[in-house]
Amino acid sequence: MAATILHGVGATTALSSINYNNSRRSLPERKRTSLVIQCDGSLSSGLNISNNRGAKLSTNAVAQTKQENVTASTTSKPGHELLLFEALREGLEEEMERDPHVCVMGEDVGHYGGSYKVTKGLADKYGDLRVLDTPIAENSFTGMGIGAAMTGLRPIVEGMNMGFLLLAFNQISNNCGMLHYTSGGQFKIPIVIRGPGGVGRQLGAEHSQRLESYFQSIPGIQMVACSTPYNAKGLMKAAIRSDNPVILFEHVLLYNLKERIPDEEYVLSLEEAEMVRPGKHVTVLTYSRMRYHVMQAAKTLVNKGYDPEVIDIRSLKPFDLHTIGNSVKKTHHVLIVEECMRTGGIGASLTASINEHFHDYLDAPIVCLSSQDVPTPYAGALEEWTVVQPAQIVAAVEQLCQ
Amino acid sequence: MAQLTHRASALHKSIPAVLFAARGLATASTSPITVETSLPFTGHKIDPPSRSVETSSQELLTFFRDMALMRRMEIAADSLYKAKLIRGFCHLYDGQEAVCVGMEAAINKKDCIITAYRDHCIFLGRGGTLLEAFAELMGRKSGCSKGKGGSMHFYKKEGGFYGGHGIVGAQVPLGCGLAFAQKYSKDESVTFAMYGDGAANQGQLFEALNMAALWDLPAILVCENNHYGMGTAEWRAAKSPAYYKRGDYVPGLKVDGMDVLAVKQACKFAKEHALKNGPIILEMDTYRYHGHSMSDPGSTYRTRDEISGVRQERDPIERVRKLILTHDIATEKELKDTEKEVRKEVDEAIAQAKESPMPDPSELFTNVYVKGLGTEVKLFHYIHLFLSRLLTTIVLEFLL
Repeated sequence: MAATILHGVGATTALSSINYNNSRRSLPERKRTSLVIQCDGSLSSGLNISNNRGAKLSTNAVAQTKQENVTASTTSKPGHELLLFEALREGLEEEMERDPHVCVMGEDVGHYGGSYKVTKGLADKYGDLRVLDTPIAENSFTGMGIGAAMTGLRPIVEGMNMGFLLLAFNQISNNCGMLHYTSGGQFKIPIVIRGPGGVGRQLGAEHSQRLESYFQSIPGIQMVACSTPYNAKGLMKAAIRSDNPVILFEHVLLYNLKERIPDEEYVLSLEEAEMVRPGKHVTVLTYSRMRYHVMQAAKTLVNKGYDPEVIDIRSLKPFDLHTIGNSVKKTHHVLIVEECMRTGGIGASLTASINEHFHDYLDAPIVCLSSQDVPTPYAGALEEWTVVQPAQIVAAVEQLCQ
Repeated sequence: MAQLTHRASALHKSIPAVLFAARGLATASTSPITVETSLPFTGHKIDPPSRSVETSSQELLTFFRDMALMRRMEIAADSLYKAKLIRGFCHLYDGQEAVCVGMEAAINKKDCIITAYRDHCIFLGRGGTLLEAFAELMGRKSGCSKGKGGSMHFYKKEGGFYGGHGIVGAQVPLGCGLAFAQKYSKDESVTFAMYGDGAANQGQLFEALNMAALWDLPAILVCENNHYGMGTAEWRAAKSPAYYKRGDYVPGLKVDGMDVLAVKQACKFAKEHALKNGPIILEMDTYRYHGHSMSDPGSTYRTRDEISGVRQERDPIERVRKLILTHDIATEKELKDTEKEVRKEVDEAIAQAKESPMPDPSELFTNVYVKGLGTEVKLFHYIHLFLSRLLTTIVLEFLL
């Protein structure tokens, strides 16, 4: 029922979408279907509103390495299979269909279809003004998007690579983040800034950047990172519908992940983390591509007798301290695995935050595994060692749980 | 609350008498007077408009009053700053009043204006009140940005005024965005993106111009050339200080920015052009009497003779005063009375602003995000509450 209300009058969302409405608050007394390696979408059929922050989530966990394509099957509805970039496109298209104010701007998003095909076909359908090919001028087209957002349009600005958005930092920080405040609430900036980042396959230092650490202190913006086709579509839709500026971090290596997602419309919550694998020995917090390294390590750990609880934090700003806190209170050990740089990264902030709020529940200091503080080298083996590998995760858990 | 006199978009529409506070304006005639601008326009890749401008007695008196009000406001702000009631940065617009008053005469509130930090008078022109301005300057909660913006962050959404920006040049791409939205919604309005001669050297300006020209956005880029980028004279910062020509493929017009009628003519011309043909650059040759900001005396990089010279020869208010007297629209005394009235209005607004309260400490955390953070949480919360209440009511009804 809530699903239909959420989607407004006239939505034809079937009541059976309630199946996906499982509150996944990790409270000890709540039963949960187990999700170790298989994915399953079977959820309680009742409307679970345990508290005022219910989520429309399917507890799909896709435990796979980035090369394999494991499909998730749901037991209730057939759904349809697609790749992550297609899921992003689906979310984007649905929102453009729904609201004529939604428009896209970026380099090669229109005629070319997007360098990662996220906007493929949209220019043919919606025209050149609504899917706008911009010149290579990040600072000014981001500024343009923000100005348009001030009047009520809902632009989605695509950075061809997140790293290029460094050129637009002034616009993102001063105008995007702060205008709502400095105008005393007169203007809101419902913009979505998205693009792929992270370490790819030998793309070189300048094309392998992780900007979440740079943007995280900007007041007024929200940051989310998607990791599966399911959450990519849901977060894209939520970001577009949000009246706040949202930065959606995608990852270059995750675009070809395949998953079965529901046919019904769904929107995820921007501020909530995703329980990937419940457990009781250690809380592993991760996001984006590292989720897959963690799940790979989890396989090994389970064989060794450990029971890690894996949470994909998804919301990088603000952190979902509710979910994280409940997990810490249960396991008393925290391991953060991220692709961000060590210094001043998301992990650093998360460590500080958890220490501040849940210090009493920790049996051991928080361990944070991040990328090395080096520019990403070109050579393959070196590049591999700048990011956290599953073996390191296994070792860290073993040491933490001693 | 003291506000600028309203202006009809078409010159020949008569303006309701109630809107005029000053004596004499109500009875002034709206029949057209033709005046020649003091200097001709210079065009770049465009035929400039005619030097003959149509105006009326009523309009001239309105110009005089509005500019006098703005002048008075800025001078009062100077005193308030020295009295430490205004803190931080304060950039004053006195000397440049003709630009914003002339612009307002040519446009309506659906058109957008965006500018940099020298924004107090433009705010007034867009319908802001003196109280909102002074309260904001003094950091009070009845300020236009609730005291949270300050001198450089005045905004007026209903008046189509998009601020108020502290970073030099960053407002121009925003202005392009406003124009983009206008084109997107096809609402036949234009955007005036204003910047200074200092900002004219910013790369993002050229990026924005390129995009505006590429997509025929109804953007008018207005360079308020007061010849100094803070302490650096234009010839020391720009290889080519002909800012109206900087657009290259975008046509430009050089305008005497101290002549309010020339500004009005140019803006009218520019609006027509932008709606049909896309962007155009207007260079307003103007001058600021104060330094760059209140921290700058303004005399280390220019001579006092230069400043007083401009004040004598080109002051925008004096020019209109002369016009009014020459055309016998009002007497010296009437004009002096207007100035006294305006001074009184400003003093009253300041007194009121001084009394108004500071923002509540809780305001520190408001407006960081649009309420509710994201879309789903809040809505779900309310629906949940509603449903549970409904359910409770039904259950109770059933039981009792």
